[in-house]
Amino acid sequence: MKYMLMMHAPKQGWTNAGIGTWPPERIKAHIDYMVDLNKQLRASGELVDAQGLAGPEEAKSVRSRKDGAPDTDGPFAEAKEFLAGFWIVDVDDTSRAYQIAAIASSAPGKDGAPLHLPIEVRQVMSACSIQE
Amino acid sequence: MNRNSAATGIEYLLRDLAPQVLGAVMRRFGDFAAAEDAVQEALIAAALQWPREGTPDNPRGWLIHVAARRMTDQVRSDVARREREALLARQEWPFGDPEAIEPESPIDEDDTLVLLFMCCHPALTPSSAIALTLRAVGGLATAEIANAFLVPEATMAQRISRAKQTVKTSSVPFEMPAESERAERLASVLHVLYLIFNEGYTASAGNDLHRADLSNEAIRLTRAVRALLPRDGEVAGLLALMLLTDARRPARTGESGELIPLEKQDRSLWNRDAIAEGIALVTHTLSKGTIGFYSLQAAIAAVHDEAERAEETDWPQILALYDVLKRITDNPMIALNRAIASAMVHGPKSALELVDAIATEGRLASSHRLDAVRAHLLELDGQHAAAITHYLAAAARTASIPERDYLTTQAARLGHRPM
Repeated sequence: MKYMLMMHAPKQGWTNAGIGTWPPERIKAHIDYMVDLNKQLRASGELVDAQGLAGPEEAKSVRSRKDGAPDTDGPFAEAKEFLAGFWIVDVDDTSRAYQIAAIASSAPGKDGAPLHLPIEVRQVMSACSIQE
Repeated sequence: MNRNSAATGIEYLLRDLAPQVLGAVMRRFGDFAAAEDAVQEALIAAALQWPREGTPDNPRGWLIHVAARRMTDQVRSDVARREREALLARQEWPFGDPEAIEPESPIDEDDTLVLLFMCCHPALTPSSAIALTLRAVGGLATAEIANAFLVPEATMAQRISRAKQTVKTSSVPFEMPAESERAERLASVLHVLYLIFNEGYTASAGNDLHRADLSNEAIRLTRAVRALLPRDGEVAGLLALMLLTDARRPARTGESGELIPLEKQDRSLWNRDAIAEGIALVTHTLSKGTIGFYSLQAAIAAVHDEAERAEETDWPQILALYDVLKRITDNPMIALNRAIASAMVHGPKSALELVDAIATEGRLASSHRLDAVRAHLLELDGQHAAAITHYLAAAARTASIPERDYLTTQAARLGHRPM
């Protein structure tokens, strides 16, 4: 079963209190933690994909105009959270997906303590059909 | 085209030989993980060389020879790393002469079976057992398996290598399981083959040919098991179930990959040869008096496949078969399917009571199938508003895109009926 794990980061304070304001050794600890998590997931044969997304400053919302051309809007200053990155994992059951999400959520923050960021866990749908 | 069919012929030959070669190398060297790698390399070498230079007279011997050489090279370099000096001092090679492996050594047919028992060992998770079985017994390359399961090749390689490690650490001997545990271990093997078949049993038309191939692969492997255990009723039952189910594949999806339920399928598209073979197998099995989880399900599939039109389906017989099946398994999915058969015989009202009872048990609480079946029965009973609610509830919870689309369409169809 494949799951998408989405890490949401608080928008407030992103610019003036975000990761760029942490002490360098804490940033390194955070990055090392994530690299290690991905390494573990690769070693366990569960990693399908893991990506970090560029900051929300350039995020745009796009709709098609009447002529089908893109109409861009944003970035949206009022948003409370933004998607910082995601994992897609292929695991044996839901509880394992939750377990991985909890590990990601425990990534160390500014003071070295776990950030406890919320990770949204959603099952990826498959093209497999039901049995008759 | 000639070249293509020659290459396909070689591919099948290689995959048939894979477990025999691995068995021979295992018997010689013991180390499963390393032997499996060596055989993969030999298979790759053959796939490159044989189409160009022709298939050798003794293909199996060729593969054993190449794999054994890889194996000795590997062991030599390992040993060299570890204890070069000690080896030099002793001036001997501890594994005998690899060239002396007799390519004509008699084929131990049971090797395929022993390998299957190893790859489907209960210590492995289903996903690991599936991957390992497809590679070690099915002779598929890691990239092909990764492709079928839509994961990166590196991830699949890790999964296989960990599975091999698990087999190694649980020190499964390379031999047939003891008589006392044979039945249980065979059940694990059949379950893994069944899972592989279901993985390939997809709705999508064009893009998922690789997954469809998994069904063929499961059938091929089950045939091999059947050849080795011709008297086992459940092996025959599983093969029959696969054939009878796979026979409907051309009819079960529409042009855009949408699901077509059994009662609406164009039965002229069903594969008659597969149906005939499946029916013959299941008839033979049941006539021997063996009943089991797979043979009964195969019998039910056979009754469906025998009906020229959906209206001619012998539902009382299907219900009777479900009654027997329910006595040998407490699988709630079986109970749910039995409720559908019951609705076709005794009407939807009593079937809805059966569904209520299954719901109360709570074991299917997390499954959308309960809602889907309830919706279907409510519709049969003319309770359309309630049916819509349950169709939508099921659609919201399924993880299958074709099924979600089907259930949503069912709800929409009832919601937009002309007054």
